[in-house]
Amino acid sequence: MNVDRRGLVLGIALVLAAAALLVLGASVGSTGIESVLAARDDPVAWQILRDIRLPRTLGAWAAGALLGLAGAVAQGLFRNPLADPYLLGSASGAALAVAGVLAVFGGSGFAAQWLVRLGLTGAAFLGAVAGVLLTLVLARGVLHTLRLLLAGVIVGVVLGAARDLLTLADPDILQATQGFMLGSTGLVGWAACGVMLALLPPVLAVAWALGRMLDALALGETTASSLGLPLPAMRAALVGVLGLATGAAVAQTGLIAFVGLAAPHMVRTLAPAPHGRLVLLAALMGGVLLMAADVLARWLVAPQELPVGVLTAVLGGTYLLWLMHRRGRPGGLA
Amino acid sequence: MTALEARGLGAALGQGAQRREVLRAIDLRLPAGRWTSIVGPNGAGKSTLLRALAGLLPHAGEVLLHGRALASVSLRERARQLCWLGQNEGGADDLTVYDVAMLGRLPHRGWLAPPSAADHAVVERALRATQAWDWRERLLGRLSGGERQRVLLARALAVEAGVLLMDEPLANLDPPHQADWLALARSLAAAGRTVVSVLHEISPALQADEMVVLAAGRIVHQGACGDAATHEALAQVFDRRLRVRALDGQWIALPGEQDSGSGAR
Repeated sequence: MNVDRRGLVLGIALVLAAAALLVLGASVGSTGIESVLAARDDPVAWQILRDIRLPRTLGAWAAGALLGLAGAVAQGLFRNPLADPYLLGSASGAALAVAGVLAVFGGSGFAAQWLVRLGLTGAAFLGAVAGVLLTLVLARGVLHTLRLLLAGVIVGVVLGAARDLLTLADPDILQATQGFMLGSTGLVGWAACGVMLALLPPVLAVAWALGRMLDALALGETTASSLGLPLPAMRAALVGVLGLATGAAVAQTGLIAFVGLAAPHMVRTLAPAPHGRLVLLAALMGGVLLMAADVLARWLVAPQELPVGVLTAVLGGTYLLWLMHRRGRPGGLA
Repeated sequence: MTALEARGLGAALGQGAQRREVLRAIDLRLPAGRWTSIVGPNGAGKSTLLRALAGLLPHAGEVLLHGRALASVSLRERARQLCWLGQNEGGADDLTVYDVAMLGRLPHRGWLAPPSAADHAVVERALRATQAWDWRERLLGRLSGGERQRVLLARALAVEAGVLLMDEPLANLDPPHQADWLALARSLAAAGRTVVSVLHEISPALQADEMVVLAAGRIVHQGACGDAATHEALAQVFDRRLRVRALDGQWIALPGEQDSGSGAR
């Protein structure tokens, strides 16, 4: 099967998987599938379905899609298969900004009001972009990947320390910040869903439109320059996409681990593609991954639930380990 | 006619205490429709010179493309007229051979415009010219070093630029494909294109029309590859540990101490 057709088949499979997981996500929870069966007659069951299960399941898809997209963009932009949105300071930047907003608004940040939501998303976005820019400044550009990753780690540690300091100074926000750090889809309502779903098409469109530039960049910065591409402007646009996508996802669901790193690699393993297609497929893959993790998080210890970020960390870590063992083989890591 | 000209070209690499001057006040004229090879010892500044000529490196002095200052030519226009092929271009493992060659058409295509029939025709021609057409659907990451080099060469050819600057284009190529590249370079020059190649192997470099001999960031000599003065310059920059001989109507360079009276005819 040629690579174009493999991409198409993977895309269709991921859409079908997302649809199936949406149904599954509506059926899993502390009250089980009874809520679905009784939804027509029982207003409480309908409310559980409409106001809790559907938005969180759909929200998990949207957040996963944003992270998958951001991961694909980060790996292409930084020409490093280990780059993920979080390794470059965007997540720690977003987390610090969110902690800052929570501190200012007194710990009620997860209230599902549009204005607060948008305020959080905006702060997380600005924090994410600032985190990436700080990494870029410390690394003196994107030419040296090792320096870049080191700078990302430094920014992560320093901004993390600042966030911890903020949390210590204002214990009221401790629980909210801790929940944020673990990552959860449990509090995603329709408002959060709307923010993420509204953001997805534009960032996806920009990333897709810059796919060719990422393809050319894969041959090296100098080659891309020699092809007449306005690299600084395109790099700025991609950093914007990276910050917006990560910031939006992080603001609504906290720090969900590994989805951004694993989704593009899974797409590359299953259906290698130019970046234009890779960003679309990585978004679909990220959506399915987080949706599946969300369903698992609710089902594994039902009626309790695991923080979904813990689950993605375990699953993603395992996948990364497997990828490392494939190292050196075609399609493997680096 | 001069295709590419350098005036007082200087360049430095590295930063701070490690900053090192690599090119010093280079004046150079590269004739149009000719194949010029740039040679010199390791660290002479060959690749840096090529990058500076392509406008891909901050430099002192001026580069003129067909008499116009390169800095005043827009990026896209420059990319259409001047093509640069680097050495050991890594990455792009997930792109098909065809997609990689199509990247060469970027300077000719509109923003977001799909490739035209003409683009497809050019890419096919380029891939056939480097015998890479048969594996057009394979992924770049699954190719050997030599196969990869041929695809990257096709990418450069697909630009259809009048001036081609190639850094070590023979790297990883086996002898038959080296011969193919040499024939290609000759045919490009015969068709009026200007070919400039940096080569560390002197024998293939001697098959060009002209040779620029570089040492320690300066041009030691520029002249026809068959000239005795060129051979003498080669012997000089390689510490007289290189001999140029004629064999079957071609010049070849042999490593080893130079005996008296050897070299040029």
